[in-house]
Amino acid sequence: MATQQTTTAGRILVAPSVILLFLWMIVPLGMTLYFSSLHYSLLDPDSVSFVALQNYTYFLSDPNFLTALANTLVLVISVLAISVCGGVLVALLMDQPIYGQNVVRLMVIAPFFVMPTVSALVWKNLLMNPVSGLFAWLAKSFGLPAVDWFTNWPMVSVVLIVSWQWLPFASLIMLTALQSLDEEQKEAAALDGAGPVSFFFYIVVPHIARAVTVLILIETIFLLSVFAEIYVTTNGGPGVATTNIAFLVYKQALLNFDVGGASAGGIVAVVLANVVAIFLMRIVGKNLEG
Amino acid sequence: MALKQTAGKRIGMTALAWAIGLLIFFPILWTFVTSFKSELDAFAIPPKFLFFHWTTENYFEVQSRSNYLLFAYNSIVLSVGANVVGLLIAVPAAWSMAFAPTKRTKDVLMWMLSTKMMPGVGVLVPIYLLFRDFHLLDNRLGIGFVLLMLNLPILIWMLYTYFKEIPVDILEAARMDGASLANEIIYVLTPMAVPGIASTMSLAIILSWNEAFWTLNLTTSNAAPLTAFIASYSAPEGLFWAKLSAASTLAIAPIVILGWFSQKQLVRGLTFGAVK
Repeated sequence: MATQQTTTAGRILVAPSVILLFLWMIVPLGMTLYFSSLHYSLLDPDSVSFVALQNYTYFLSDPNFLTALANTLVLVISVLAISVCGGVLVALLMDQPIYGQNVVRLMVIAPFFVMPTVSALVWKNLLMNPVSGLFAWLAKSFGLPAVDWFTNWPMVSVVLIVSWQWLPFASLIMLTALQSLDEEQKEAAALDGAGPVSFFFYIVVPHIARAVTVLILIETIFLLSVFAEIYVTTNGGPGVATTNIAFLVYKQALLNFDVGGASAGGIVAVVLANVVAIFLMRIVGKNLEG
Repeated sequence: MALKQTAGKRIGMTALAWAIGLLIFFPILWTFVTSFKSELDAFAIPPKFLFFHWTTENYFEVQSRSNYLLFAYNSIVLSVGANVVGLLIAVPAAWSMAFAPTKRTKDVLMWMLSTKMMPGVGVLVPIYLLFRDFHLLDNRLGIGFVLLMLNLPILIWMLYTYFKEIPVDILEAARMDGASLANEIIYVLTPMAVPGIASTMSLAIILSWNEAFWTLNLTTSNAAPLTAFIASYSAPEGLFWAKLSAASTLAIAPIVILGWFSQKQLVRGLTFGAVK
């Protein structure tokens, strides 16, 4: 089908994209790798020296790194649990024959389009402020003490904000998956006398399993590099209580001016993300063949 | 009897769904309402839901105090500009992958997608240093280039999936009639792919508008878009909730509305076709 001519044209037309993406990713990544083997501080840029793997041993044995790694995992896993379970429930509800389904859908999806700096600051102030926030007022109305969210529960606060941003996306993906469920299959299950519980576990779960996997992988890739929400609310603190790997690397690079150390941290972040990415790419790749 | 039961169930489900929907939407609604309060009303306990003196002064204050329009202008220019340029590069690439595939096309697509998996911090240091040396920090061209590169794989990928649905026969017929390759892409393929191109663009603009890692790290004032402007409210002085709400409402309204129109394509774009 594709003639020699179109193949040549095709190569020429795809070239700009390939070259640009190569320059954008591979070159800086190579530089990060190179920097990660140097002792290189912006405060003293004249004394650059080769230190091999010293930055890695320093970065990996830094107690702050272990805390940041733990924080990253806590953040990713908590948000995943909340958004995926919540998303399935919300999607099941939206998939029912309800009045005004389109309006409900618009309300549910809206938070996903809110820029991270806005959602973080609105939650931090209007909702979670310990004195004048809406949550404090709600707690008082029920006779409970107001919670000083960002002082006493910093990580919980960040998890709540990020979950609010991702629940809509999860709901939308789950709803899409649910709606592709065959009507005949639903009827057959109903005829065979399947109750709602067995219908869910034997028909719905196997049907949405793949979509759930894809959702988890995509969310993980984004959640591993949560940055803006931490930057505008806690700035990584108190102490390092909400510092994740992304924020730690940022601090090392732009606040401590340690090019070598930050680069080593960046490479660690890349490795972490790639572990997840490989699985996602496999699923997407399989889909491409079909 | 059975009918009545279903109707009752339907009303119950509707009430529950609306309650959940409102709960999820509430922070946005609350921001919108607060933006019309005086600063004192915004802090009031118990909170004032509807009965307060509605005022639009915050919207004017946000502009006069901090030159809001410059940031809005940057957001618009950057998110539209970067993606229009992106489209010019991505359409030919997607054409080539959809209609002139080679053995390596699939690998190239996957490689492009894999660049999206790279966390920003992995290349923050070299990009920052390169930008510093080339005077691209806080420069619209610099951050625009970053936004373009962040979206290029998604643009190509989404356009590719849309182009695949267009019958190749039509393009071949145009070729038989003597259309050049440029004419084939501009006059035959593009008009047929307009809906796909439009939804690709909306998703790309939403993503650029809300991008906050690079905009926060590479811009400060001149080229800073709304994400960075809102971040300046993280260390404020005095009463600022009503102003924060007004600024936030202005920053998110256009993109939430655009998002509502393109929500169906969102799934396709962000799952790379793996969920349909």
